[in-house]
Amino acid sequence: MRDFSYLRATSTDAARQAAALPGAMLLAGGTTLIDLAKCGVAEPDTLVDITHLKGLDRIDVSERGATIGALAKMGHVADHADIKSRFPAISEALWQAASAQIRNMATIGGNLMQRTRCPYFRDPANFSACNKRVPGSGCSAIGGVTRGHAVLGTSDACIAMYPGDLATALVAFDATVHLGDRRILVDDFFLLPGTTPDREHAIEPGEVITAIEIPGSAAARRSTYLKIRDRQSYEFAAASAAVGIEFEADGRTIRDLRVALGGVATKPWRARAVEAALKGKVLDPETVRAASLLAVEGAVDHGANHYKIELAPRVVARAILKLGETA
Amino acid sequence: MTKIPVHLDINGQHHELQLEPRVTLLDALRERLGLTGTKKGCDHGQCGACTVHIDGERVLACLTLAAQAEGRSITTIEGLAREGELHPVQAAFLEQDAFQCGYCTPGQIMSAVACIREGHAGSDEEIREYMAGNLCRCGAYPHIVAAVRQAAQEFAS
Repeated sequence: MRDFSYLRATSTDAARQAAALPGAMLLAGGTTLIDLAKCGVAEPDTLVDITHLKGLDRIDVSERGATIGALAKMGHVADHADIKSRFPAISEALWQAASAQIRNMATIGGNLMQRTRCPYFRDPANFSACNKRVPGSGCSAIGGVTRGHAVLGTSDACIAMYPGDLATALVAFDATVHLGDRRILVDDFFLLPGTTPDREHAIEPGEVITAIEIPGSAAARRSTYLKIRDRQSYEFAAASAAVGIEFEADGRTIRDLRVALGGVATKPWRARAVEAALKGKVLDPETVRAASLLAVEGAVDHGANHYKIELAPRVVARAILKLGETA
Repeated sequence: MTKIPVHLDINGQHHELQLEPRVTLLDALRERLGLTGTKKGCDHGQCGACTVHIDGERVLACLTLAAQAEGRSITTIEGLAREGELHPVQAAFLEQDAFQCGYCTPGQIMSAVACIREGHAGSDEEIREYMAGNLCRCGAYPHIVAAVRQAAQEFAS
């Protein structure tokens, strides 16, 4: 790991100023950044440690929604009683992510900045071509081992999969990121790779994530996060779904539905076509399974990741039907 | 790079070090302070061998900069026994034969102590889920679960 200078921010304003300087990066839990520095992927000149800032770790939950401070730890949010009762999908996405140790370190703001697990991206010593790392250098994954790569939202420049769980649940429920006074939908915060896969987030130098806000809703209250993976725990998703549902008074007709996919796309992937196809319909297995196929509309595989195109709709359908059973 | 002064509070003892900013808590413990009970496995946050407690919570020393831990209370495996008496989790690991080569054991024990304290040791299934961040390449998992279960029951009674 290349050395860097270390600066401990004493206020959010000081962090903003320091982070705006060339070569500076914000350091929160460090679970991505220190790892990538060891891989030779992140090469900061200065790390601006924001973990000693006070007051940015609050978790406020009310009827209207939840506001979670950027420095709240993943584990604390997962175990928060009101998050569990009003936003079960958020809690489930968090406790099924990483390990207990990592969840005690990783912050909610830092979680949004998590980078891809693409093995070519993570290995500059052996793979010099990576458009995400070095724009214009090419993509080692295309034509390589692609079992963990994205099938949705890819481009000719990059097929790296977005690996996070939390953000998948956040986009399902229209959460926003607070960058100080600026607010942006989480869905818009994550960028498609297109021709510029090096740019992953709609955040400017000198901006600091201060909070995440999730609007309260009946669909968020009846929600779940279903994560399918190669091993049962401590593993990234092969495919996952954040789903929330609200029924009409009859308890069978779908009034509101939220669906987002993880583990299959280049960013957290809202499946609006599935939502539209099922709203107003009576929930039954056949209808749900047929509509869930729309989740992978436009999917493109690169060989070994083809299974995700079959798996993702099944995960979506199972999550919706599971919520239906509790009606 | 210029070294910076780092004050660390480890197992109730105060240490003053001069470190390059990139030095992790794990390397500071092992290479500078001779506290080699905390193990370096993968050094990338994937195996749990370096698990220590910071302010009572289990974290990975390999992904924590030593400088970040300043002002926090750090506990390592060396700080677990009290006055020569093994911690109940240490005793349970011995009793249940919960290791083979022993390399992952300090991390397993530090993780287990926190797992029980968090209230995440209520069933074998829950123990397996919340101990998943500690890999054991000898595959001693069934005995590790038994040790955590035993210690959790002792704490509860």
